[in-house]
Amino acid sequence: MKINSSVLLSKYIKAYTLKMVSKAKASHVGGGLSISDLLAVLYNNILYFDSQKPLLESRDRFILSKGHCCAALYATLALKNFFTLRDLNSFAQFGSNFMSHASHKVKGVEFSTGSLGHGLPYAVGKAVAAKSRNKKWEVFVLLSDGELNEGSNWEATLFASHHNLNNLTIIVDYNKLQSLTTVEKTIKIEPLKDKFESFGCYVSEVNGHDHKELKNSLSKTNKKNSPKVIIAHTVKGKGVSFMENRVEWHYKSPDKDQLEMALNEIGVSL
Amino acid sequence: MRNYFIDLLTKEAKSNNKIMLMVGDLGFSVVENFKEKYPKQFINAGVAEQNMTGMAAGLASEKFHVFTYSIANFNTFRCSEQIRNDIDYHNYNVTVVSVGGGLSYGALGYSHHAIQDYALMRSFPNMTIYAPGTRSEIANCMKQIFKSKSPAYLRLGKTLPKNLKKPNQPHDYAPGKWTKILECKNRESKKCILTTGAVIDDAVKMQKKEEFSNYHIYSLPIWGMKYKTLQAQQINKWDEIVTLEDHLEDGGFGSYILECNSSIQKVGETKIKLKSLNKNVCNTVGDQDNLKEHFKFAH
Repeated sequence: MKINSSVLLSKYIKAYTLKMVSKAKASHVGGGLSISDLLAVLYNNILYFDSQKPLLESRDRFILSKGHCCAALYATLALKNFFTLRDLNSFAQFGSNFMSHASHKVKGVEFSTGSLGHGLPYAVGKAVAAKSRNKKWEVFVLLSDGELNEGSNWEATLFASHHNLNNLTIIVDYNKLQSLTTVEKTIKIEPLKDKFESFGCYVSEVNGHDHKELKNSLSKTNKKNSPKVIIAHTVKGKGVSFMENRVEWHYKSPDKDQLEMALNEIGVSL
Repeated sequence: MRNYFIDLLTKEAKSNNKIMLMVGDLGFSVVENFKEKYPKQFINAGVAEQNMTGMAAGLASEKFHVFTYSIANFNTFRCSEQIRNDIDYHNYNVTVVSVGGGLSYGALGYSHHAIQDYALMRSFPNMTIYAPGTRSEIANCMKQIFKSKSPAYLRLGKTLPKNLKKPNQPHDYAPGKWTKILECKNRESKKCILTTGAVIDDAVKMQKKEEFSNYHIYSLPIWGMKYKTLQAQQINKWDEIVTLEDHLEDGGFGSYILECNSSIQKVGETKIKLKSLNKNVCNTVGDQDNLKEHFKFAH
């Protein structure tokens, strides 16, 4: 499939995410929808990669730390021809490499995640590797907001800042909902921008569904001498009215009718 | 032990720029020479073992051979999920180096008693445990570690054995293979003490007692889940084996040998006895020798 615009790509990412989660009766569709625009812009406009050579040395490295939203990543990789769209049918099925948490056994997935707080330290390790070998490739890592409860992220941010890792971009999918209720009611993380800034990062806040804003903030020219943090304000369940901002879609899987309604709202038929 | 380890690592780093030594803000008077000689291959990750271990996986994914160095339980239990998910599952070339295995830091209390680490490390499918007890074993463990491309755990004790007059220095070390340390007077004896780690002195002391004078001393410095199938043949040669480890019994080395024994086709019956640390050591502070004596270790 040839898709040249990030907007169209994001619609297909959402549509395939919904279809995969529905078929597998899996969870985490809400978070998948909240990162679909981010993934579309990253893979359409920002990251350097060759889908036929997934381990190309000069590629940019993308790590999905919120591994439970891997359906959206698998859909993105299929739409970018790392493998076929038909391969997505095995998502979360017996014996499949397409596990329902991000799996490095899938082409294009750098690192298996699923337990939160692991992606950023790993990304920092890669950024150090690139610096120490004077490589130009960059490292992007996508975290969830609830994930920031994990202390390992703050250990890694301290280190990244101390070592001036300006080849590292930390993106926070700030959809304001976590597993049981809002972030605010669980463990409040505000003022988030101030927190990252006080750790020495270069921080910007964007609308995580506005492709123009995302392109500007993600563009690789980081002239600062510190890691970049992008706080992307998003909506959990984005694009499907009955899923938006509802905690239950962290768990529920759309049935056949709900899938049809959702695809209609996205405006894509598969 | 740690000084000899760092000497060998420093020598290797000279010809291998993929070596990366990460420390968790520890290694005073040990790592300075390495750091001075190879500053680009040295990282102090600070007091943050989870990040150090996750970063080690990231570096290893870019073809570095990473050593994460700390003491006691800090770079093992504190970051056990990073070892499990990030390193072992991805089969990355990271060696976790813990100095102060067993009761080496006994006087510092329970936080510093590394007496459950085998249990943790041997539960990881790709992990190889390196628990040397002699200088020759350290050298050979390091040789294997430099050759290997998969996760490793190097457990170092405090000191080299003092009671071993003529250490056996074989050249045929291999993962899963037992090494002869000291024969008893009765060369035909079918009984042995099998050690792992820095307990050779304890085994030699045991052998001096009448009860164990008829036991040869062997060690198994390189072991783990991957090498279980190699144990049957070696266990079957003996009428009796007494395992010795400075670790709690549960999940330890003796348990490993018992598991290997229970899953093999037995030719004869090998009697296996386990000698390990008394669990009450957890509530007691004292230097290694006093603690061992008090709890009748290797008696």
